[in-house]
Amino acid sequence: MTTAVRRVVVVGAGAAGLTAAESLRADGFDGDLTLVGAEAHPPYDRPPLSKQLLAGTWEPARLELLAGHRYDELRITRRLGAPATAADLARRTVRVNGDELPYDALLIATGVRPRTLPGAARLRGVHVLRTIDDAAAFQAAALAAGRVVVVGAGFLGAEVAATLRGLGVAVTLVDPRPGPLVRQLGPAVSGLVADLHAEHGVDLRTGITVEGLTSDDGRVTGVRLGDGTVLATSCVLVAVGCLPVTDWLAGSGLDLADGVSCDASCRAAPGVFAAGDVARWFHPELGESIRVEHRTNATEQAMAAARGVLGGDEPYRPVPYFWSDQYDTKIQAYGRLAGADRFAVASGSPEERRFVALYGRGERVTGVLGWRSPRELLRARALVAEAVPWRDAAPA
Amino acid sequence: MRIVVEIDQCVGGGQCVMAAPDVFDQDDDGLVVVLDGDPAPGLADDIRLAARLCPARAIVVDDT
Repeated sequence: MTTAVRRVVVVGAGAAGLTAAESLRADGFDGDLTLVGAEAHPPYDRPPLSKQLLAGTWEPARLELLAGHRYDELRITRRLGAPATAADLARRTVRVNGDELPYDALLIATGVRPRTLPGAARLRGVHVLRTIDDAAAFQAAALAAGRVVVVGAGFLGAEVAATLRGLGVAVTLVDPRPGPLVRQLGPAVSGLVADLHAEHGVDLRTGITVEGLTSDDGRVTGVRLGDGTVLATSCVLVAVGCLPVTDWLAGSGLDLADGVSCDASCRAAPGVFAAGDVARWFHPELGESIRVEHRTNATEQAMAAARGVLGGDEPYRPVPYFWSDQYDTKIQAYGRLAGADRFAVASGSPEERRFVALYGRGERVTGVLGWRSPRELLRARALVAEAVPWRDAAPA
Repeated sequence: MRIVVEIDQCVGGGQCVMAAPDVFDQDDDGLVVVLDGDPAPGLADDIRLAARLCPARAIVVDDT
């Protein structure tokens, strides 16, 4: 059953929001289409922020996701530079800058915002990296300081460390977990990531907590660790993960426990859909609700949610994919690596710095990871997509 | 239909190979290779899907 959808409002103008808008047109939607974005910049891509943009090899304009003239061609009305501040699901309106925008279908793609450290927001010299403006401010500060402490050795922290080393900036990378990316990639590959950073001169401090920041007159002076050590620096990047941007939906009636909760076809409520980093949806094969903060999910889920807006009800069941570029090493993976209790190298070898590894849980392959092995990894993807039994996939 | 690939932009995700295997491949570094620069009209939908799925927007399709 579908009622006529004449007006769609997409809230969030990152990769997910923009792709949703484009997909609605590609799928034949002919009505009014409005894209609301908190940032004044035209929609842009975020993965290069920690890499090419921070390195200074790309100009900011290169991050734009869609050429300017295409918005008019696709009849996408842009409302950029002011966030949506409320949604009324009963009246089907979204509030933006004092206006109430009416919709027949609402697509939520407001993404995430960085978590920070207690007290950090008031200190000069403490940065986060989520937006193009964040990247510009952090790059200038890092180059001026010449020495940066990166708190958090996840994807963002590790990529920033690599880029800063390329700029000749001294980097200390701190994380309470036993190794960089250990939660995401498991202990074996985490060890290789640690080696990579050590070889490039990163001072890696893992397995130690950050107790707080030291400051003088409102400016950060250092990072105090759990063992009492103070890492002196005037520039800190906090890269300790993100939180879904759902505060504007408080009181709307939507379930907002860790993102906008959706059913298997990305529907949060009648006429309301969500996609990208902000969306938590029920993945039928996994049998649980998940939220995925990876770039390709933003695109794929936006396409699925757009189909939902137009009356489709197919479950969204992706094979998750991510990549990370650090120094000259490309790490890529399909499926789920976190929580694996089995690990095996399937081809190549860690010593040669070129391999594909399998991750499994119980009797099933759940993920495959490639280390400088894109072609081999793509061939191994089927092991995840088809949930091949571990005994059939792992080398004897 | 003309396919323009921004090779500097490519991140080696392989999404294009999955969407349109007759048209796209990857080299040993994972970078996109166009196998068929003058694809049959029947492949147009697959190619547009590949362009939309590309996480780096490295593929531009010119329909004119």
